[in-house]
Amino acid sequence: MALIPDSVEATRLLLMERSRPGRRGSTLPALDVPAAPLPEKRFLRRELPLPEVSEGELVRYFTHLSHLNYAVDTGFYPLGSCTMKYNPKWHDEAASLPGFSQLHPRQDALQAQGALRLIWELQQMLGEIAGLPGCSTALAAGAQAELAGMLIARAYHRARGDGGRRRTVLVPDSAHGTNPASAAMAGFQVVTVRSNAHGDMDLEALRSALSPQVAGMMLTMPTTLGLFDAHVQEVCRIVHQAGALVYGDGANLNAILGRARYGDLGFDMVHLNLHKTFSTPHGGGGPGAGVLCVSQELAPLLPAPVVARYEGGSRPLFEAVTPPQSIGRLHGFFGNFGILVRAYCYIRSLGEAGLLQVSANAVLNANYLRVRLRSAYRLAYDRPCMHEAVFSATEQKARGVRALDIAKRLIDYGFYPPTIYFPLIVDEALMIEPTESESKETLDSFIAALLAIDRESKESPATVRDAPRRAPVRRLDETTAARRPVLRWSPAREH
Amino acid sequence: MDTSPSPYIPNTESDQQAMLQAIGIASVDQLFADIPAGARNPALRLPVPQSELELRRELEELAEDDLTSLPSFLGGGAYRHFVPAVVRYLVGRGEFATAYTPYQPEISQGTLQGIFEFQGLVCQLLAMDVANAGLYDGASALAEACLMACRLTGRRRIVALDSVSPRLLEVLRTYTQALDIEVATLRALPPSLKNDVACVVLQHPNFYGYLEDAEGAARTAQAAGALLVMSVDPISLGLLRPPGELGADIAVADGSGLGAAVSFGGPSVGLLACRQQYLRQLPGRLVGQTRDLDGRLGYVLTLQTREQHIRREHATSNICTNDSLVALASTIYLAAVGKSGLRQIAELCYHKAHYAAQRIAALPGYKLPLAGTFFKEFPITCPRPPGEVNAALRERGIVGGLDISDLVPNGMLLCVTELHRRAEIDALIAALKAAA
Repeated sequence: MALIPDSVEATRLLLMERSRPGRRGSTLPALDVPAAPLPEKRFLRRELPLPEVSEGELVRYFTHLSHLNYAVDTGFYPLGSCTMKYNPKWHDEAASLPGFSQLHPRQDALQAQGALRLIWELQQMLGEIAGLPGCSTALAAGAQAELAGMLIARAYHRARGDGGRRRTVLVPDSAHGTNPASAAMAGFQVVTVRSNAHGDMDLEALRSALSPQVAGMMLTMPTTLGLFDAHVQEVCRIVHQAGALVYGDGANLNAILGRARYGDLGFDMVHLNLHKTFSTPHGGGGPGAGVLCVSQELAPLLPAPVVARYEGGSRPLFEAVTPPQSIGRLHGFFGNFGILVRAYCYIRSLGEAGLLQVSANAVLNANYLRVRLRSAYRLAYDRPCMHEAVFSATEQKARGVRALDIAKRLIDYGFYPPTIYFPLIVDEALMIEPTESESKETLDSFIAALLAIDRESKESPATVRDAPRRAPVRRLDETTAARRPVLRWSPAREH
Repeated sequence: MDTSPSPYIPNTESDQQAMLQAIGIASVDQLFADIPAGARNPALRLPVPQSELELRRELEELAEDDLTSLPSFLGGGAYRHFVPAVVRYLVGRGEFATAYTPYQPEISQGTLQGIFEFQGLVCQLLAMDVANAGLYDGASALAEACLMACRLTGRRRIVALDSVSPRLLEVLRTYTQALDIEVATLRALPPSLKNDVACVVLQHPNFYGYLEDAEGAARTAQAAGALLVMSVDPISLGLLRPPGELGADIAVADGSGLGAAVSFGGPSVGLLACRQQYLRQLPGRLVGQTRDLDGRLGYVLTLQTREQHIRREHATSNICTNDSLVALASTIYLAAVGKSGLRQIAELCYHKAHYAAQRIAALPGYKLPLAGTFFKEFPITCPRPPGEVNAALRERGIVGGLDISDLVPNGMLLCVTELHRRAEIDALIAALKAAA
């Protein structure tokens, strides 16, 4: 008999199937004022179909659900381009301090000086790290910051009387999907620029794509191939010569933290993902926080609000302001403030020396994986990498084992799989980002697992194709899920 | 290379040496050779590193500069509601908090089933057919709903009632500014609309807390081939008829009242639900139920051909990272308060707000400028500028309401919820009286 109940079995029923009339999971105070007449019937709800469960049942159900998850807290999570580093626990506590967690965003600035000061200091620190001094933290995620950046590019050209003409944004073929999607939401046509044989920007292709119709280019640096493009300054120069702006996707900042700054390289704007580089937990898909850093020239266009510092009196005063030519507001209030607190703590804990250690160890770990695995897995580009190593499982595919199969088999060895089939320009891509949080022992056991899977691809490919066998569920039927979507519990359906 | 001072980095100097040797290089710096020399290793002006203990003390002091200990009657789009401890306890579990987007479903069933529960409860709360996995907040959810309506109708005109929160309208205008979409605001809907309108936008209760004639708006919108987009307060739905029953085609809400701390306005979660026929135009993630190879029930991300990582510039939205953990908090909250609890919370808000309003209306110099039915918020007009009244309230240990004198002369928007005890409301009344 198992000592611990099977979490798969314990989570078979959904909340509505656990519900029993009369149960409740919390208590509330009785009404302590005279009751007012209720609104007219036409305004009133007749039925409220919510579950009725006890608090203990709720805790068990969600605890068992949590057991079905793999997470940074439970193991190695080398998901490329996602920077799944360790999330320090006391930073969560800091965000929960009542002065932060209970603070209302409409509160008078004089009664919110702590939070406003924290945001201002974070703006300063991130501006310093990015080398771009204008900074707005009021963006909920990287994609929202990209949209803000593209709206800034549009407003910039319009202010110069060039807005009607510049309707195109260039995006490299290795870019994240959010880049072209954000450019489109800002009204731009997207033109894809190809990478060259080394994984860098093809300068000839770039020159021929540029024209007086181009408003800007979006560039991820280091690239999604895990490479730093040594010609990046020239790329920026070429784009600027055409009158266009360079937008940086800072998703991979972890590799160059403290070692290179986007502003120094020639970028006009960059967004930083606090939930990647600055260690805030991913939450199973969010909340994250995007921060947009821009040059002094573009700062007046930043989305609102930006926190300003005023001298005077016995101490400085911090206040939320709308930049003079702001593109507007994309978030209801100050962005994901709870995430900003965590990132602030991270930077203050590490300082410059600590940030340099981050990039050093992140890049060292990735290169260690690269050299230890390259005998078995073909490198997409055989050169030193930055924060991640991108392999192409074409040799394994020839033996009947695809990148997907390798990923699923890693689960049986106790690891979260790397990012697969991205970037799109690499066949059978396996994109491995170890981060600085992992020890050499962990990397060695991960390497051993991948080498074992390579052997299995020769000796028993069916084992790999059949994986995972040690996960809570086996491979799931995604085709039927999309063809006959079941997107919610319903009483009529047979589960 | 320096030895690591960081508790977040396990590599020791000898680990680093062993790894450098395996790579065949002498120093880590060689790995950064592609960074142009002139731009390499800038000196950063950052504060010196702090230990956990030092920084904890500093942050505690900083947080004390924020006034959060007093009873507060602020609302206007962000609300403090009671959060049962069980919600924070469960979402704080590292298995949920430190997982990524569930791209590998076999080892992400906890997150996936949690989102599936969220989609279901959102549909049940709003009386809609399908809901996505959540957006950033109520403001971006409203903007995405309107973009969705433009795509569905092929039209580029949005008509919003001017009782919609100015903040929501500001975000909507930012989102639509580059897309040749016009956002018009009207005091009231005319009997009929031209057939170029993509959607009518209604907030219910509206920015001032009052209920709108949603059914009438639905008829007017639908007669012109437009959609009705409704932004609602999810707490109000414990008592009020849900948007699906009132004729909404797309319903959105800010979910922070459902189990998230107000946290200076974020993170929150945006709820977005629609009628079945609009499914393919939904922005954001969706989780679907399916079976594994052994026939066991399981959950996966589905219909991803709407999303940016597949469709790139043709996607229904650019959203990738959303606010999944807050969606999980909403799910647990709705289950914890349950059917009777949400009704009770909504009634507590309603009755306490009406008690406060009735007492304030009886004070000399104060008036309720609007007629109709409100839920938990209501504007009052003050005998003096609201800034002065709020300063006087503050002297008596109360954080007053939102100054809306730009919209209503001497107007203050007050919000009363289940958190307010009678004594606190009575203290507000006394303080307002004294401030008159």
